[in-house]
Amino acid sequence: MKTEYDLIVIGGGPAGLAAATAAYDQGLRDILIVERDRFLGGILNQCIHTGFGLQEFREELTGPEYAQRFVDKTLEDGIPFLLDTMVLAVRPDRTIVAISPKLGRLELHAKAIVLSMGCRERTRAAIMVPGTRPAGVMTAGTAQRYMNVEGYLPGHNVVILGSGDVGLIMARRFTLEGARVNAVLEIMPYSTGLTRNIVQCLDDYGIPLLLNHTVTSVHGGKRVTGVSIAQVDDYRRPVPGTEREIACDTLITSVGLVPENELSKTAGVQLDPITGGAVVNQRLQTSVPGVFACGNVLQVHDLVDNVSEESQRAGRSAALYVQDKLPQTLRSIRVVPASGIRYVVPQCVDVTEQTETIKLFMRPSDVFKGASVELRTDSREEPLAKFRRSRLTPGEMVVLTVQGTVFAAVEADILVGVKVL
Amino acid sequence: MSTEVCEITCIVCPTGCKVRVVREGSKVIEVSGNTCKRGETYASQEAVAPQRTLTTSVKVTGGDFALVSVKSATLVPKARLFDLMKAVQKLRVAAPIRIRDIVVHDVLGLGIDLVATRTVRKTGE
Ligand SMILES: Cc1cc2nc3c(=O)[nH]c(=O)nc-3n(C[C@H](O)[C@H](O)[C@H](O)COP(=O)(O)OP(=O)(O)OC[C@H]3O[C@@H](n4cnc5c(N)ncnc54)[C@H](O)[C@@H]3O)c2cc1C
Ligand code: SF4
Repeated sequence: MKTEYDLIVIGGGPAGLAAATAAYDQGLRDILIVERDRFLGGILNQCIHTGFGLQEFREELTGPEYAQRFVDKTLEDGIPFLLDTMVLAVRPDRTIVAISPKLGRLELHAKAIVLSMGCRERTRAAIMVPGTRPAGVMTAGTAQRYMNVEGYLPGHNVVILGSGDVGLIMARRFTLEGARVNAVLEIMPYSTGLTRNIVQCLDDYGIPLLLNHTVTSVHGGKRVTGVSIAQVDDYRRPVPGTEREIACDTLITSVGLVPENELSKTAGVQLDPITGGAVVNQRLQTSVPGVFACGNVLQVHDLVDNVSEESQRAGRSAALYVQDKLPQTLRSIRVVPASGIRYVVPQCVDVTEQTETIKLFMRPSDVFKGASVELRTDSREEPLAKFRRSRLTPGEMVVLTVQGTVFAAVEADILVGVKVL
Repeated sequence: MSTEVCEITCIVCPTGCKVRVVREGSKVIEVSGNTCKRGETYASQEAVAPQRTLTTSVKVTGGDFALVSVKSATLVPKARLFDLMKAVQKLRVAAPIRIRDIVVHDVLGLGIDLVATRTVRKTGE
């Protein structure tokens, strides 16, 4: 088998497919996609609900339909891919070690690499729910795969911990399949899920959303028999006297996603402690030259449309890198989160002869009503740019489109913060 | 006839506008709070007779996937969602199925088709 490639894309989810096809459109032909699952399309294969593609295709698609558009383009372009092939390590010199049941151990080398491994769900262990260790405790994504890909109903009487979109979607899925969902518990005073999902997944079926609540203990021997739940105080500690038990056979956790960055670490890529993903510039290039990152492995996105856009940029940049056509960097400006903002991606912007318009992705650290997001430098009174938003919440990513001239005009770090009006 | 005010959260797009609909029986008199036209259409319908798109799966025999994901080609009256689910759970379809194929015609005589949202090949193909 061939071992040298211009570009290797790790992960054949929406991010990887968008990157590979964009690199193709940029003129690159020697591309390989490596995917550990037995199909392309990534997590979208199990997201059978609608809600995808409103921005990218102006129509409301289900996950598999959205994925299919990119799979079709990949097939049309004739970009080769390996399935059932897991990448074990990426070395800083852009050598990739992978294994597959068919091909055995592979060692491949590429001029450029796109990291697009997606993210993983935090587990019960990661959030330390005490109690016994019976069967019937699983993450929402695992339950989703059982129900929507493999064809099993993993429980009949369910409690869901965590009100992110995945948890909400699964509450509806379980209900429609005939299971009973007792409640969705959220430790925070607000849900991080989209309002439309609270309405169409919980309210539609009369499923209670208990804010400021958590599971304090899991009961059961072989199988879950119930959970103890309690209200929490401002410091997220259970309030004594509020504890009660709910009988159930299944506890679903939906408590956040973490970028899957083991490979980025072996590659020597610098990671952002807040996003858990790589530190990148506007071209999605990491601290290791020729290594790019995009999609959920870079930052956990709420909308796959944003994943596609970001990944197309990564693929184009990777192609330009291989073709030695990336514009020369004059200086790098760091983009730093300030008050009210948890993180900003890209973490730095490379100023060139003609700095392009740049999209900054960020998450607020709290809920704000009637605020503006401002870009400023330490030395200047006046903000460099101001964006008004009627509502900011940690559950919804903020995207700001900033003119290249803003970056070209400064020498120092740019601070991005929220100002309540 | 007396008027009734419904507070509806629009679910057409992620913005989630709070829309206020004033209706008299099944006649919509006034819609406010929506940001766009689609919100008006949705909220007017929702105030009178709620409808949803149903997405679910149908069991497949002889395919490379155990299930084919499907969606209702048209909106389903909310009150009939569970009836539809019951009917769908009993079904089996044979592979191959192509994306956009109609998997089930006119479920329960409601005039609603279920359309495949994924391709399922025959095992071994
Ligand atoms: C339950 C759920 C519901 C969602 N609902 C919505 C919604 O309603 N609307 C919306 O717009 N978005 C939604 N999303 C988000 C959307 O699905 C993601 O944004 C998108 O799938 C991210 O794409 P990705 O390619 O980065 O990651 P993934 O889809 O996770 O793809 C990553 C791929 O990399 C592969 N991989 C990982 N590690 C390796 C390795 N070492 N070697 C080889 N391959 C590897 C994986 O197998 C996978 O195929 C939802 C996500 C989830 C989980
Ligand atoms: S009214 Fe328009 S903008 Fe508002 S949620 Fe509905 S579709 Fe979206």
